[in-house]
Amino acid sequence: MADYQSCLAFLCELLQKYNRKRVMINENTGLVTDLGLSSLEVMEVIEQIEDHYDISIPLNILPDVNTVADLARKIRDINS
Amino acid sequence: MLLDKFKEMAAFQAELRDRKLKAFGAVTEELLSATEGVVEGRRVILAGTNNYLGLSADPRCIEAAREATSRWGTGTTGSRLANGSFSEHQALEAELAAFFGVGHAITFSTGYAATMGTCATLAGPGDVILLDADSHSSIYSGVKLSGAEVIRYRHSDPADLAKRLRRLGDRAANTLIVAEGIYSMLGDIAPLQEIADLKRQYGAMLLVDEAHSLGVLGERGRGAAEAAGVEDAVDFIVGTFSKSLGGIGGYCVSQHAELEDVRYCIRAYIFTASPTPSVVASTRRALQILRDEPELREQLWDNARRLYDGLKALGLAVGPAPSPVVAVEFEDREAAMAAWQQLFDNGVYVNLVVPPASPSTNYLLRNSMSAAHTAEQVDRIIGAYRDLIDAGLVTPSAA
Ligand SMILES: Cc1ncc(COP(=O)(O)O)c(C=O)c1O
Repeated sequence: MADYQSCLAFLCELLQKYNRKRVMINENTGLVTDLGLSSLEVMEVIEQIEDHYDISIPLNILPDVNTVADLARKIRDINS
Repeated sequence: MLLDKFKEMAAFQAELRDRKLKAFGAVTEELLSATEGVVEGRRVILAGTNNYLGLSADPRCIEAAREATSRWGTGTTGSRLANGSFSEHQALEAELAAFFGVGHAITFSTGYAATMGTCATLAGPGDVILLDADSHSSIYSGVKLSGAEVIRYRHSDPADLAKRLRRLGDRAANTLIVAEGIYSMLGDIAPLQEIADLKRQYGAMLLVDEAHSLGVLGERGRGAAEAAGVEDAVDFIVGTFSKSLGGIGGYCVSQHAELEDVRYCIRAYIFTASPTPSVVASTRRALQILRDEPELREQLWDNARRLYDGLKALGLAVGPAPSPVVAVEFEDREAAMAAWQQLFDNGVYVNLVVPPASPSTNYLLRNSMSAAHTAEQVDRIIGAYRDLIDAGLVTPSAA
């Protein structure tokens, strides 16, 4: 079980590794639009989340994920 | 604007034109043999095809195609479900089923349609597909169309696959696992024994795409599943006629009688014209040759080992084991492009692979061997790589 706030905190920390543009990472940060993640990097991030929470994240959800908040909500939903 | 999203590609194409780099879409003006041609005005050794057994130029296959054209005409003008089922198609399906030692076979008009169509149809809404992260585009297209829940496992990593099966719980029984025999870019072979064990343990189904392994692996040339001794555990094998069989078209074979019903649900089979008679006839002949002449497979592997050993001796990082596909990886884009051009100018045509078609952020020079390459041709390819090192375009990484 993971609540939204803890997912968010985990993501913000994880994404620092990819923060080439040194932006402030918060709920509204766009994974591609603000952080400039490549498709390969998005998959890398997904794998790390999967390992951390012991879940599998289906590719089907990706079209609905733009921001950090979108991803945090998906993780919470899969975890519950 | 609708077309704005193509601007990045337009810029890349313009760059290629400015550099006069013909790595993509190079035009072959004359074919001198299965392994030599005139490409963009230059006579080159073809080391970037998938003509593993050299059968595209086999006189027996050419003759079979010629005869079939005389007898049946140039095309079927319709789907297998309508007017496009000729006795040639039925015969090929029976021969494929017999070759694989299973009861059932479907042929398709391309390998892409075979893989995409079966993946899209076997699993549907409510089911799960577990696919290798480095799967071919036809697999990714198919699973997207399927409506199933799609989950990736790390490339050829049974431990990661096991975790994902465990996480699925009861849903593992409604899961299709997808793997390839030989992966087309780096030439590595899937760990099918471990994958088959997991499939059995969790009661899932397993589909293996043998596009690059038919005629290449296994005592009878049936592919990676045969080589691993796990054909019983593979529920569906898909593959293509366009590589080791030198034609075009694809297949799905299965031990499950339900394949005959699945056939009528695959849109990429129903709503497209059936393969042309000439290609079905040359494929039938090529399959016979593949079956009856295992020495072709040995020749292919002799060449594969010769190239692998030669490139390795030069100190190039070429992957853990010999394979008919050997890739040389580059981190640097400029070096990869310059290296491709120098090889070409030196009379060696290989594939330049750029991300995201390559499995990582690296650029690849993909070399593929054929049974039809002579030892002298293989040595010339190795020599061309030695020249790349001398020119400072590749740095040997191992002693
Ligand atoms: C793994 C895999 N599946 C399917 C295909 C599609 O086959 P074809 O090119 O014959 O349509 C290919 C090759 O392109 C492949 O590498």
